Amino acid sequence: MGLLEVKGINKRFGGLQALGDVNLSIKENTTHAIIGPNGAGKSTLLNVLVGKLIPDSGSVMFDGQSVLGRAPHEINQMGISRVFQTPEIFSDLSVFENVMIPCFAKRDGAFRMHAIESIFAEKGIQQQAESILDDVNMLEKRDMLASSLSRGDKRRLEMAMCLVQDPKLLLLDEPTAGMARADTQNTIALLKEIREKRGITMAIIEHDMNVVFSLAERITVLAQGTPLVEDTPDNIKGHPKVREAYLGETQV
Amino acid sequence: MLGLEKKDFRLLLIVIGLTAFAPFLLNPFPEGSDLAQFNAGYPDLMQRFVIFGIFAIGFNILFGLTGYLSFGHAAFLGAGSYGAVWMFKLLSMNVLPAIAISVVIAGLFSLLIGYISLRRSGIYFSILTLAFAQMSFALAYSVLTPITGGETGLQLALSDPRIFGAAQTATGNIPVPALFGLEMRSSFEWNVGAWLFTFNAGYYLAAVFMIIAFYISIRIFRSPFGMMLRAIKSNQTRMSYTGLNARPYTLAAFVISGMYAGLAGGLMASMDPLAGAERMQWTASGEVVLMTILGGAGTLIGPVLGAGMIKYFENIFSKINETILHGWFAFLPDGLEDVVVAMIYPFIGKGWHLTLGIMFMLVVIFLPGGLVQGGQKIAALFSRKKAEETKPNATEPAE
Repeated sequence: MGLLEVKGINKRFGGLQALGDVNLSIKENTTHAIIGPNGAGKSTLLNVLVGKLIPDSGSVMFDGQSVLGRAPHEINQMGISRVFQTPEIFSDLSVFENVMIPCFAKRDGAFRMHAIESIFAEKGIQQQAESILDDVNMLEKRDMLASSLSRGDKRRLEMAMCLVQDPKLLLLDEPTAGMARADTQNTIALLKEIREKRGITMAIIEHDMNVVFSLAERITVLAQGTPLVEDTPDNIKGHPKVREAYLGETQV
Repeated sequence: MLGLEKKDFRLLLIVIGLTAFAPFLLNPFPEGSDLAQFNAGYPDLMQRFVIFGIFAIGFNILFGLTGYLSFGHAAFLGAGSYGAVWMFKLLSMNVLPAIAISVVIAGLFSLLIGYISLRRSGIYFSILTLAFAQMSFALAYSVLTPITGGETGLQLALSDPRIFGAAQTATGNIPVPALFGLEMRSSFEWNVGAWLFTFNAGYYLAAVFMIIAFYISIRIFRSPFGMMLRAIKSNQTRMSYTGLNARPYTLAAFVISGMYAGLAGGLMASMDPLAGAERMQWTASGEVVLMTILGGAGTLIGPVLGAGMIKYFENIFSKINETILHGWFAFLPDGLEDVVVAMIYPFIGKGWHLTLGIMFMLVVIFLPGGLVQGGQKIAALFSRKKAEETKPNATEPAE
């Protein structure tokens, strides 16, 4: 029984079958990559997992509980965090405030009215935020406005915001999309470190095969909304079906 | 101090100082001089400064922090006014229960409207609040006449019960609102040479409420709750994927700002015990939006400045008429005088809205952060000049 169990998910958009009978099992303590050509349904699947889309049929169980029908913030409180293709951060807030907010969310839940006490009095939260910024080497940027960060730093900040919540499952949507080569290598190193140090289960959606093969322990290949194969990276590399799906797109 | 950072505490002290000495500060010109018409230190206008200051401070908690632009906050101000006048009619002329009930009524009313309106965001939210406010206005104006007095507004009458106070004074008049005997309209006048300073009881009561309101708003701005509200304005997607539910946060901000509006309405009725439906009209809602943006949305002091600015223009600029203009330009040759007066005339008197509109446009285009940003720019200019002046001195020894 995996940490995340997806069974028989179907999703139609009008005449388009975006997901057709998707089964997926993500085991605890692994890095699981979901790859596939454009339009294979990777993003749709991800949006189902985080509660943004409701599938027409099927079930999604996370840690023994059903995910379907819950709002995104409830699913996050269950322990699923998401990193976006373009980093979603609080641009108008400082770096430090950006990481304090998930600390509050972790401690106080989805809503708590703490309108009179000062932020400066929350020593525990401050320490937590400082230590995570230290972990991602951003402590010296704590007072910068998040919008003024470089693309790579925004990604690290978003990652820090997810990590400080100590999620059971981290979903990454093309974490290196549009990044320069050096930034991509840094991100791979950061993800590897997170995986080893914190033992967080990860699911990655990625186009860049270099990233996929340096991180993934299991790979699921989606094509036209259906999983083709699921196997280890070594077996996926030489798989004829995968070559067929990617023909003309990428050399696997 | 008082749980505030040093900078915020200093700001609070400045606001306390300005409100306490407003009767002096707003009356800089001697009585009877040509410039006396620019004096704003009379009770009626000073009361309006602080009451609309409260209204704008509250509105800023919603709009400045969360970015949700409500076009219906006058409805809460109106509801607060009606509540206060009813207290005067039923209980007594003491202002405290009246103000308390106005805050409670506005709070409940805003909970209802906020709960429904906050199902949508952006322009749809604005339209929903506008629709609710106009609905409230229409109801108050016609259907609810038994409660609101309809067209004539809700007024006190000699036949009101006033179970804890006198229904009428010894001389057979309607009693006036008071705080344990201290009448709101009572003033102490002080003649210093050519100057006349007026210290009004109602103004100081409203000023105390504004300082408390301002203090609470600082605390909210600096609290985790305030940070969450800014996070909602910044990125709602990240907000929900961080496990936070934006709805109760925005609703809480909406209700708090509604209660501020109610407080303003209650104080308005305490100064002058009547309430009319026009207080709920959309122009009144629009006015508080203007005040907040003009002063600087999302800043602490901005809304108070904006409220003061607009009320000053409304009351002072609108009083300048053609005769006064001719007086000013009498030194010019006759033909030229008429031309100059004709050119300026559209911007004064009833045309004060035109001046305000131009000013508003200039602020929005050149100072998106409002008057506060303007102040910061000037301050930055001065500090740079200072730095330049001290530089040569610092390099002197090297020569």
